[in-house]
Amino acid sequence: MDGFPILSLMMAVPMAGAIACLFVGANSARWIALIATLVDFVLGMALWANFDQSGGGAQWQFQEYAPIFGKFAWALGIDGIALMLIALTVFLMPICIGASWNAIEKRVGEYMAAFLFMEVLMIGVFTAQDLYLFYIMFEAGLIPMYLIIGIWGGADRIYASYKFFLYTLFGSVLMLIAMMWMVHEAGTTEIPVLMAYNFDPHVQTWLFLAFFASFAVKMPMWPVHTWLPDAHVQAPTAGSVILAGVLLKMGGYGFIRFSLPMFPEASAQLAPLVWGLSMVAVVYTSLVALVQSDMKKLIAYSSVAHMAIVTVGLFAFNQAGIEGAMMVMLGHGLVAGALFLCVGVIYDRLHTREIARYGGLSINMPRYAMLFLFFTMASVGLPGTSNFVGEFLALMGIYQASTWVALVCTTGIILGAAYMLYLYRRICYGEQVNADAAAMPDLSGREIWLLAPIAAVVLWMGVYPESFLKPMRPDILALEARLAPAAPAGDSKIKMGAPKPAGEAHEEAHHEEAPAHGEAH
Amino acid sequence: MIQLIVLLPLLAAAIAGLGNKALGKLPAKILTTGALFISCALSWPIFISFLTGSAEAHVTPLFTWIQSGSFDAQWALRVDAMTAVMLVVITSVSSLVHLYSWGYMDEEPDQPRFFAYLSLFTFAMLMLVTANNLLQMFFGWEGVGLASYLLIGFWFRKPSANAAAIKAFVVNRVGDLGFMMGIFGTYLVFNTISIPEILEMAPSMTGSTIGFLGHRFDTMTVLCLLLFVGAMGKSAQLGLHTWLPDAMEGPTPVSALIHAATMVTAGVFMVCRLSPMFETSATALTVVTYVGAATCLFAATVGTVQTDIKRVIAYSTCSQLGYMFFAAGVGAYGAAMFHLFTHAFFKALLFLGAGSVIHAMHHEQDMRCYGALRKEIPITFWTMTLGTLAITGVGLPLVGVGFAGFYSKDGILEAAYAAGGAGTGAFLVGIFAALLTSFYSWRLVFLTFFGKARWAASEHIQHALHDAHGHDDHHDDHAHDDHHHAPVTGTGGYHPHESPWVMLVPLIVLSLGAVFAGFLFHDQFIGAEGGIEFWKGALSFDSHLMHAAHEVPTWVKFAPFTVMLTGLLIAWLAYIKNTDWPQRFVATFTGLYTFLLNKWYFDELYNVLFVKPAFAIGRFFWKFGDVGFIDRFGPNGLAALVVQGNKVTRRLQSGYLYTYALVMLIGLAAAATWAMTR
Repeated sequence: MDGFPILSLMMAVPMAGAIACLFVGANSARWIALIATLVDFVLGMALWANFDQSGGGAQWQFQEYAPIFGKFAWALGIDGIALMLIALTVFLMPICIGASWNAIEKRVGEYMAAFLFMEVLMIGVFTAQDLYLFYIMFEAGLIPMYLIIGIWGGADRIYASYKFFLYTLFGSVLMLIAMMWMVHEAGTTEIPVLMAYNFDPHVQTWLFLAFFASFAVKMPMWPVHTWLPDAHVQAPTAGSVILAGVLLKMGGYGFIRFSLPMFPEASAQLAPLVWGLSMVAVVYTSLVALVQSDMKKLIAYSSVAHMAIVTVGLFAFNQAGIEGAMMVMLGHGLVAGALFLCVGVIYDRLHTREIARYGGLSINMPRYAMLFLFFTMASVGLPGTSNFVGEFLALMGIYQASTWVALVCTTGIILGAAYMLYLYRRICYGEQVNADAAAMPDLSGREIWLLAPIAAVVLWMGVYPESFLKPMRPDILALEARLAPAAPAGDSKIKMGAPKPAGEAHEEAHHEEAPAHGEAH
Repeated sequence: MIQLIVLLPLLAAAIAGLGNKALGKLPAKILTTGALFISCALSWPIFISFLTGSAEAHVTPLFTWIQSGSFDAQWALRVDAMTAVMLVVITSVSSLVHLYSWGYMDEEPDQPRFFAYLSLFTFAMLMLVTANNLLQMFFGWEGVGLASYLLIGFWFRKPSANAAAIKAFVVNRVGDLGFMMGIFGTYLVFNTISIPEILEMAPSMTGSTIGFLGHRFDTMTVLCLLLFVGAMGKSAQLGLHTWLPDAMEGPTPVSALIHAATMVTAGVFMVCRLSPMFETSATALTVVTYVGAATCLFAATVGTVQTDIKRVIAYSTCSQLGYMFFAAGVGAYGAAMFHLFTHAFFKALLFLGAGSVIHAMHHEQDMRCYGALRKEIPITFWTMTLGTLAITGVGLPLVGVGFAGFYSKDGILEAAYAAGGAGTGAFLVGIFAALLTSFYSWRLVFLTFFGKARWAASEHIQHALHDAHGHDDHHDDHAHDDHHHAPVTGTGGYHPHESPWVMLVPLIVLSLGAVFAGFLFHDQFIGAEGGIEFWKGALSFDSHLMHAAHEVPTWVKFAPFTVMLTGLLIAWLAYIKNTDWPQRFVATFTGLYTFLLNKWYFDELYNVLFVKPAFAIGRFFWKFGDVGFIDRFGPNGLAALVVQGNKVTRRLQSGYLYTYALVMLIGLAAAATWAMTR
């Protein structure tokens, strides 16, 4: 498929669909959106099938280049990391359209157009190879999401969309200034070139912080996470799915594409800050999730805790950590998306997110209870599901950097089990106390078709994650090599006892003292 | 063949679980039970081939699981002597429990789900014992945890069952935290998680130190203790035991399979599987010994005052697990595995027997409402008596012939004595716990099967009678009052029925195990020479220790026998001869009694220390952290500032805010740029 502009085509298809949706009736808009997203899904799978996973080929594949003006160009191209995130996007999009099929009744055409436009921008973010092109895609992604929350959202949607916009914009302005400086310094806007450019370590710190302001909000990291619960609560179901599923991954993608390779020294220097914030996030947001009475808020807070595992994995500076972080991103995208769909299913029936209004759904909705249980367990990180693979690798990675961080973040598996099982118990178990909840019908065929494919992929990722790790491996190894000179030494340094057998002390090589991880918070 | 053994239960679980009601009760039952009996039939030949010494350890690879650099976790099925032992224990007890559930769960409308869960559990447990690397073991570990959660909460309408299920899962996760940290550490040290490779390299790490949480410790001690925390969670050792008694909320067949015979022994299995690793750290072994001994004592003391028949057996299980752990701690891994093996049979028997009693007594579980049942349900009575003879270790010390527990428990006690050091303490504790074991076991038998009938005191029985005779609610209230004020004796006109054959056959088969398992297999498991040939290095078998254990002084051999008789005598005196003794004991030692009845107040303590603070802190973080601080001074504060600054009040509309935010941020950005380029 050399030379065929498949990436542009993947953006053109939803763009054309979006424009078409604006001019047709509600039902046609639904079908157009569904077909456009399905075509994109097929294209995405073709992309995956034709991607050279051997690691021997070029790092950047399917490259396209068309100059626009000056240094600014329509430059696209993907590596394995981008490929996986694109696959996640095109997989979730038809599901989002399906989830909005009946739930959205007003201004359907505009709604579908907003979603399709968002797909264009998300694919744009993951494929952009021009710094400014990335920036435009990254920031423009806010607009459709802002509209989806602000127009089709819940009662308090204005506040939520404002908060969402304000937070994310704050970071992006700083990022733009940093980008301008970088282009001026390095003389190029090409991301692959910048990834290998060695900036002055002193300047790196500033650049890192500017990007950090943007990515930390997108992630979201504690303490700039408070937009997420409000945005999720007010967003329509499909909005939440795409928000949790893909938009949150843009922060992680930013770290992996920009912060780590472009500013390795600054990343290493500021790693304790990231660790500290992540440690706080795991414990803090998990405990907050425990006391929520609103289903969507609970899952939103749990997302913050899961994303903290991503950041510690990335800032572990080793292969296991980064691969784990990527797997958490993919797994969380699916599982959190599915959990929001599960919430949507019962929200559509009863129009309330109050946990206490449900109960005993295992009795009247056994199929729903089974799928919800599956995703609950996946969220808890049960081995055999996608999230376990990611969490395990990420935590194993950070253990090599700092045992303290690993210990604190691993408590997430206890707290996660507590809030998720407590949620499940209140919704699905117990007696049927509310008559209206007890009268709700079980999943419809459409709803099963939304959830079952996600369940299948979650299981696939959990049992044979190699399919997903393999395309990313060469890129992650390259990143690890780039980070290696700056990577902080672990705090585990083994010292052999008196009779010293040769070849065992592979950790002894590190001579520096461990970084002061305890001071980070 | 091993693939079939492991995967058949998974297949059956998947079909029964997904088919559920569409599939129907009978097909689901036939499918799952049939699959388990096939697995069982295939497992015994493997075990026998190891007994005869004709089999060698081998690994059947399946496919890659997780790979990341040098980290390589494969799906693979390992079969060696230890696996063979576990295979027969798991598949035998599981198939019998499946069969038993045909009768016990007969009235249950949701049977396909129940049988699917049982088979799913069996699959996960088989994955655990066939693991060739730590990660697959962890997969099985969590899988059995999931099945345990689902089965404890099987009656999901009951709030108490739901609470118990969550508690089991969350407390186990505390242990899993240790297990996971242990795997991380092990990988860091050995650069592999393959169990055989770790065990081979472990001795070379003796004496090395490692940084952990900012301090330096002995490498192997850190790793072993982290992994042991996992074992403590799964095997309900003191501190992480609180979930096990509550787990009795699950249906009784579940208690027999998961919370007695198989899952709870996973911790013991893990320590034995990794025994060459534990052997490299004397400190870790001492900890294992003390924790085991403490649990053994604690649970036995609590078991003596419980009145719920299942809880007595649950504490008994907890206590017996303590024996297994201190056996492992003193280095007698063979003895630990042997007790695991025999215990599986007699404890499953006792639980299923208790289930049969509960079935006969219309769901009544309070032993105070039993009595005089031996004539009514004779087969249950006789099989349970055999189980009690086995657990209390009845046998002739000098002749060396006895029930299953006689070989395995006495083997542990003798090994502990022979090992000396921490083992001596464990030996003394173990002897005292054996006294208590004998007491509470016979107490259970006497309260249930002997004395006068006290059935009328039971609400459940009253319900049964009233349903049958069509009495009105008024009588119910009356019965309720009786229950709380005065002990009621008499049958109340109730006629207990012996359980159906599908429940009795498992009891009879298991009682064969309770009688013969010790006699038949003790030479292979703990014989000084037989053990070496049988285990073939599957665990760290200390032949010298086993020799020494056989050569202990005669008084040591007689000590368990003596305390067993003493316990029996006290139970007989208190519950048959002088039935007012228990009340007088309670009146005299009220404090001690309350302390034991409340299980040493662990639940209350944990509630105050962990559960309540977690919710309180969560609420604090939410209300004061997120809403009161971050939002107030963050986005809301910013908005207020901007709005005020422009003297535009009450115009919190998004359109304006765009501009305001932008202006504000450009200003900030300019400031930053200035700072940066200065």
